[in-house]
Amino acid sequence: MTTSDLPPYPPIDPTTFDLIIIGTGLPASLISAASSAVGKSVLHLDPNPFYGSHFSSLSVPDLSSFLNSHSATPSNTHDENLTLTTRPLFSDVEISNFAPEILDKHSRKFNLDLSGPRVLFCADKSIDLMLKSGTSQYVEFKSVDASFVGDGDGKLWSVPDSRAAIFKDKTLSLLEKNQLMRFFKLVQGHLSNNESEESENGAKISAEDLESLFVEFLTKMKLPPKIKSIILYAIAMADYDQENMEVRKGLLKTKDGIDRLALYIASVGRFQNALGALIYPIYGQGELAQAFCRRAAVKGCLYVLRMPVISLLKDENSGSYKGVRLASGQDIFSQKLVLDPSFTVPGPLASAPCEQIQDSFQVLSLIDDKVKVARGICITKSSLKPDISNCLVFFPPRSLFPEQVTSIRVLQLSSNLAVCPSGMFVLYFSALCDEVNQGKKLLHAALNALLRLHVSGNAENSSTVRSEDTEHVKPTLLWSALYIQELTKGQFESVSSTPMPDGNLNYNDLLDATEKLFQNMYPNEEFFPETSEPENSEEDAGLTLET
Amino acid sequence: MHGRPRKPSKPEDEAASAAKAQKLRALQSQFLHNHQNNIYTKEAVELSAKLLEINPESYTAWNYRKLAVEHYLSLTHSDSNPESLNSIFQEELTVAENALRQNFKSYGAWYHRKWVLSKGHSSVNLELRLLDKFQKADSRNFHAWNYRRFVAPLMNRSEEDELKYTEDMICNNFSNYSAWHNRSVLLSNLLKKKADGFLLKEKVLPEEYEFVHQALFTDPDDQSGWFYHLWLLDQTVKVDSPLLVSSWPAHGYDLMLLGDSCPSSPFTSFHSDSGTFPLVLYFNQAVEGVNSSTVSVDCELNTIKDLIWKPLSANNSQTAQVWVTQLNFIDVEPKAYPVEVSLGHSQGIISSSGFHYNHSRFAFRVCVQPVENGSAKRLGGDVMLWSDEKFHIYDAHSQESSPVISLDQLSIQNNHETTASEWRTEAIAKEIDHFRELLSLINCKIGKLTLARLLMAHDTMICPSNKTHFKEVLELYGDLMKLEPSHVQYYKDEHSLVLLQQVTSSKESLLNHCFHYRNLTSSHIGNPICLRLNNLSLSRVGSFDKLLWVQMLDLSHNELQSIEGLEAMQLLSCLNLSNNVLCSFTALEPLRSLKSLKVLNISHNEIGAHSIDTTRYLCSSPVSHSAGSEWNPGEIINADTDVKSYWEAYFILKDLNLTQLDIVGNAISDEKFKSFLIKILHALKWLDGERLH
Repeated sequence: MTTSDLPPYPPIDPTTFDLIIIGTGLPASLISAASSAVGKSVLHLDPNPFYGSHFSSLSVPDLSSFLNSHSATPSNTHDENLTLTTRPLFSDVEISNFAPEILDKHSRKFNLDLSGPRVLFCADKSIDLMLKSGTSQYVEFKSVDASFVGDGDGKLWSVPDSRAAIFKDKTLSLLEKNQLMRFFKLVQGHLSNNESEESENGAKISAEDLESLFVEFLTKMKLPPKIKSIILYAIAMADYDQENMEVRKGLLKTKDGIDRLALYIASVGRFQNALGALIYPIYGQGELAQAFCRRAAVKGCLYVLRMPVISLLKDENSGSYKGVRLASGQDIFSQKLVLDPSFTVPGPLASAPCEQIQDSFQVLSLIDDKVKVARGICITKSSLKPDISNCLVFFPPRSLFPEQVTSIRVLQLSSNLAVCPSGMFVLYFSALCDEVNQGKKLLHAALNALLRLHVSGNAENSSTVRSEDTEHVKPTLLWSALYIQELTKGQFESVSSTPMPDGNLNYNDLLDATEKLFQNMYPNEEFFPETSEPENSEEDAGLTLET
Repeated sequence: MHGRPRKPSKPEDEAASAAKAQKLRALQSQFLHNHQNNIYTKEAVELSAKLLEINPESYTAWNYRKLAVEHYLSLTHSDSNPESLNSIFQEELTVAENALRQNFKSYGAWYHRKWVLSKGHSSVNLELRLLDKFQKADSRNFHAWNYRRFVAPLMNRSEEDELKYTEDMICNNFSNYSAWHNRSVLLSNLLKKKADGFLLKEKVLPEEYEFVHQALFTDPDDQSGWFYHLWLLDQTVKVDSPLLVSSWPAHGYDLMLLGDSCPSSPFTSFHSDSGTFPLVLYFNQAVEGVNSSTVSVDCELNTIKDLIWKPLSANNSQTAQVWVTQLNFIDVEPKAYPVEVSLGHSQGIISSSGFHYNHSRFAFRVCVQPVENGSAKRLGGDVMLWSDEKFHIYDAHSQESSPVISLDQLSIQNNHETTASEWRTEAIAKEIDHFRELLSLINCKIGKLTLARLLMAHDTMICPSNKTHFKEVLELYGDLMKLEPSHVQYYKDEHSLVLLQQVTSSKESLLNHCFHYRNLTSSHIGNPICLRLNNLSLSRVGSFDKLLWVQMLDLSHNELQSIEGLEAMQLLSCLNLSNNVLCSFTALEPLRSLKSLKVLNISHNEIGAHSIDTTRYLCSSPVSHSAGSEWNPGEIINADTDVKSYWEAYFILKDLNLTQLDIVGNAISDEKFKSFLIKILHALKWLDGERLH
């Protein structure tokens, strides 16, 4: 992995670009593809030997070393005043291997997401963008088969998210089915009336209701607690406890809730061969960043991986940014620079004349500074549900322990997504937290509910540790990595930086932030202008879905 | 397919379609030339394939191909090479498949494929894959489902597998009439065959209820599940073997056969000039095969032998719910004669679904009274007036006690199935609870209708029940009339039928409608009871099984458009239908079977007011073949012009012995028509209140 082992690069030519981007995370790749598409000359560098940075999908050893290297406090040895320093964005990394004999054999056959759990909604902005930009031709998707709501006993209740799912559901009572379906119809009616501007059948949610809290609206609709919880945490995917008035964080308004339901409803059935609302890219989320990089390369962007940047160059007269010095010793110049979130610029740089934009950029900081994401990756040899390979599990607030204020999300993926060897499963966990202990507690609670954890000295096939229901034994944990990730926002200055993966399941907020960043950089350019390439003429035809 | 907006055509599309039409016309004329000249050359046959690919609706082309196949078969027969035989049919399958690709709802193409397969030379193994493709494209395509029902047995695919398939399709999307319907077809077969796991309805049906509830509760606005539910309800309620619901005379009845005016119980006395009276059998469903060998009537009299049973059905068929014969007690010694009727001792009474009537018997007594002389003039001698002051509420207590007993005997109690049908009542009760719950949440029309049906089914099942739901059901239908004015007539009909069930459900309620007719100027009749069902907003009449004893019936001031079923009331001698909305004589067809009818009031209806009478098409007429032997073709040809212009009236009234008729207040009733009536009704003494000579 160290650069010294590798043969030296030939010098980069030309030496001046419109834009230099360091790091190939998804937002950076989007900027690069978007800038290339509007004719900017772009140099895209990454110190890593792979694409994706914090959004990449890696094998077990690569993932471990990435986590470890990005959690270490860097040594400040350089003397120059504009040395790029890295900041640790991961902390408290715990990697445990309970079955080295199995894993070591296959460790390279995994594509583990650093930013997991993450899925795409069929009607997502990111899908639209991929279709619009022609990136979709580089990625194939598969449906997530099902969603469940979990409880402390590890029981999973399927999420009835469509008419057919409500019909099939075995746990809802008849009246609950009726109530839930009527609520969906109300939302659908509201949405279609909004579209047509004229409310024919009066099925419209009043402006007053739209401004009220979503949870209060659900109560007003007389939905029973179980259904409320399903809608709030498994469909609208609220992060924080909506009913705990002490927390008062991340409370959804009805209109936000309706928007999220609208996305969900529009996703179900957008693609004929997609089973539900959610899809996942084959070979892992890292494919997305890579796809946008390929798109950028097609449009003329120059890529150099395994190329660290040592320092920034300053214009001697104005004191503002003018270029970078590469590890190879070469100096490259550009007007603008976009940095990976793991880099910080220590010294002061004279700001470009755009302070007013800097202010407006604060809008992007949706998240409280303190907030972190606790993430976990687990490998098992059996599925949570015997007949289902790819699924989501939600643990709503208070479902695991009384002080649980955030929702925990779990995504199980199987080998049919080419993320692990066949017969194995990868599970991703995430939850928002304010501090490390809280985050770890959330992860452990969910792990305990779903998996059989290795107790030292216990043989793997111990029949005594069976869960209560004899029909299905909880999967045994083979390997796990738990870590806490900082949330950083994008920054726009003369040197901009891209955001870290957020705590959401999809990329919508990140996409908005990236688009805004792009528009600040190039106020007169369109973020991915409509291409006239024939492959995009028929809208949805561009997306490949494997069934 | 469903829910796809139609795009407006663009000019270039129109040009393309014009060019296509041009090509098609050329192809078509060439093809017709081949067809007319029986040209079956390879090129000619290929041409038809080309035509069908463009236009699968060309029936002539399909027919031509069948002829071509037969032509080739006749040629290849001699060398009998199975290979060439196969290839001929294979070619047909390909053409049909291509046509279906063009239009998967093409009747001709599906039919052609069936025809090819039915010849038995082709493999059926690929058919399911083809079907899967079409059913994926449109899961509700009933052509594909029809074809599936045809192919599945050919492939020896079990009905259980097909049932599972419907379940999968319903789980994918439960608004699929075709899938629900196929499920009902398959289940009926499996239940009938008593296949493994389908032996007991009480096991299978509750599971089906559970299944369909998921659809009904998830989306009550989707109708497909409701249809299946209705089928289930029918399966639950339906008793397979036919039952005798009531008879006249009923079991244990003491019938006074009066020659004269001996005051007697108005319920049990029957006045007969001729000494005959009808014996009426009322079944719960239409049956056939009621005759002197399946029904024996035992009495000491010789006259009651080889009885001729007549079905009382509107369409002249040999199946009917009501059967009648005449018992003859002419010139017999005045005394009491016990009569025993025994049904189904030899098999032969069969329901339309093929179930046999189980053996049963009932008995009554006929008390023949001595005939006094000089009593010939009776009813008809005086005008019968329907005015209210002529009627006096019937007071059961002041009268002799016999009617009380006899009223209870009016209906036969069916205890046959009570033990076997416990699961049925249980299932219905469960359904009632479910839908009450649903209605507590939402206001749902079909839910209300279903609840009304369930409640009525419940009441009829536990027949002698103290707790009836008439009031609730009537309220439900009342609600529905308001909620859905477009179907008001249906709800009104149902409302009427329930109301009549309520009236006839108990002695007390029935007595509220029983009146004595008293004509001060005459004292002759044994004072028959008049059942007055006037002013009840009835649009239909029903519950005839409880009303077989009625001799005078007042249905005036209702909203009747039809009197369907009234033919069962064989004793009826006075009938008031005035002030209804009957709009033609054909609507009065049931009267033709009422041989005792003497007094008829059809005044103030709408007879003749509507130039187009749709009931004409439902009714036997001189031009419809159903009238059969009853119409002598010569009769109408030779008749005078009046008969030709009033043939409906002639047809209905000619065989009735009416002594009194009121027809005023109908559009048809003018002087010409009246004189026509006088001509054909020989016994008529009063017309519109005026005495005739």
